[in-house]
Amino acid sequence: MSDLRQRAWDAAATVVDPEIPVLTIADLGVLREVTLSAEGVEVAITPTYSGCPAMGVIALDVERALAAAGIAGHVRTVLSPAWTTDWMSEDGRRKLLDYGIAPPAKTASRRALFGEDRVACPRCASLATERLAEFGSTSCKSLWRCTACREPFDHFRCH
Amino acid sequence: MTGSITIAESPLVRVVLARADDALILGHRVSEWCGHAPILEEDIALANLALDLIGQARSLYALAAEAEGAGRDEDQFAYLRDERAYRNLLLVEQPNGDFAVTIVRHLLFSLFIDAWWRAAAKHAEARLAAIAAKAEKESAYHVRHAAEWLIRLGDGTAESHARAQAALDLLWPYTGEMFETDASGVGPDPAGIRDGWDAALADILAQATLTRPRDGWMQSGGRAGRHSEHLGPLLAELQYLQRVHPGASW
Repeated sequence: MSDLRQRAWDAAATVVDPEIPVLTIADLGVLREVTLSAEGVEVAITPTYSGCPAMGVIALDVERALAAAGIAGHVRTVLSPAWTTDWMSEDGRRKLLDYGIAPPAKTASRRALFGEDRVACPRCASLATERLAEFGSTSCKSLWRCTACREPFDHFRCH
Repeated sequence: MTGSITIAESPLVRVVLARADDALILGHRVSEWCGHAPILEEDIALANLALDLIGQARSLYALAAEAEGAGRDEDQFAYLRDERAYRNLLLVEQPNGDFAVTIVRHLLFSLFIDAWWRAAAKHAEARLAAIAAKAEKESAYHVRHAAEWLIRLGDGTAESHARAQAALDLLWPYTGEMFETDASGVGPDPAGIRDGWDAALADILAQATLTRPRDGWMQSGGRAGRHSEHLGPLLAELQYLQRVHPGASW
């Protein structure tokens, strides 16, 4: 990777998800690639969900991060290949757990979408948990509760 | 932005607009539940479903605009086309009714579009296939959510059963339009997914102890811009701001 591309990547990689501020867009796999063209640096990002309202903020934050690093560039949104929770880094999964959100199961196959009946509580690690609602505070999360420690928690849905 | 726009509809634009208008109009309908759903969790769920649909609509309108090549954007497609230029199914513009009507409408449509997206992800124009690959993950959750509710309502109390059956009977004449043949080759022919839809629905209805209505005369016309009386008022609300204050942004 050229020096400019690396600096642009490093700058963009500091941007956090406004809904889950412990995760950077690099942790999430939302940051896809940095390319160089005649018009300058182009940073490609991909939405987690089609309707993710954080994308606008993320694009602005990336432009701001590039500007702060003295790099002229713009952001492009790409849809293909479609984002999957498998792109979330191990570091990202750990940070999510520390934040109190149960991370998604690995291998987001279509079957796995519907196989998440055992989610460990992020607080006490018990598997005695139950789903309260398919859709939680954001598109990417569902709402669960732990019957061992009695705490409700968010689960980052497999996607 | 100025007055109404007329789109030059190539086969690609037409297919993409049908998908986009279905998503936008159903997304708008579902969003009408925001703050009114029977329980808080469902209020949030419905808002999320609407968000998925409107997000899909944005990607699709952006593609339609690019394919048209007239320099328009997704907002102009949503806000400046008249009722007769909308290509959505009559099913998705039907009013929310009671909760059973909303759930039945969502299931009938989601089962259809989930199968179409999955087929389109493999066999469609490349940019449409990219949107399909993203949307099918979302529609899979829509099917599961609506099916769980319909089973709970159908196999619930006498009242919820009666309402679920009435909703199914009410909306059934709008299902035929989904499977009208599209031979453009831009994406999968909807006629080809009817058998799979029937089988998946039969399984859910059996669990819900509901009876599949008999196929009779089917409503049609949405794809050609001939809509029911319900789309006009919806568009009036949806487009009001951009029509009164052209180009307004914040």
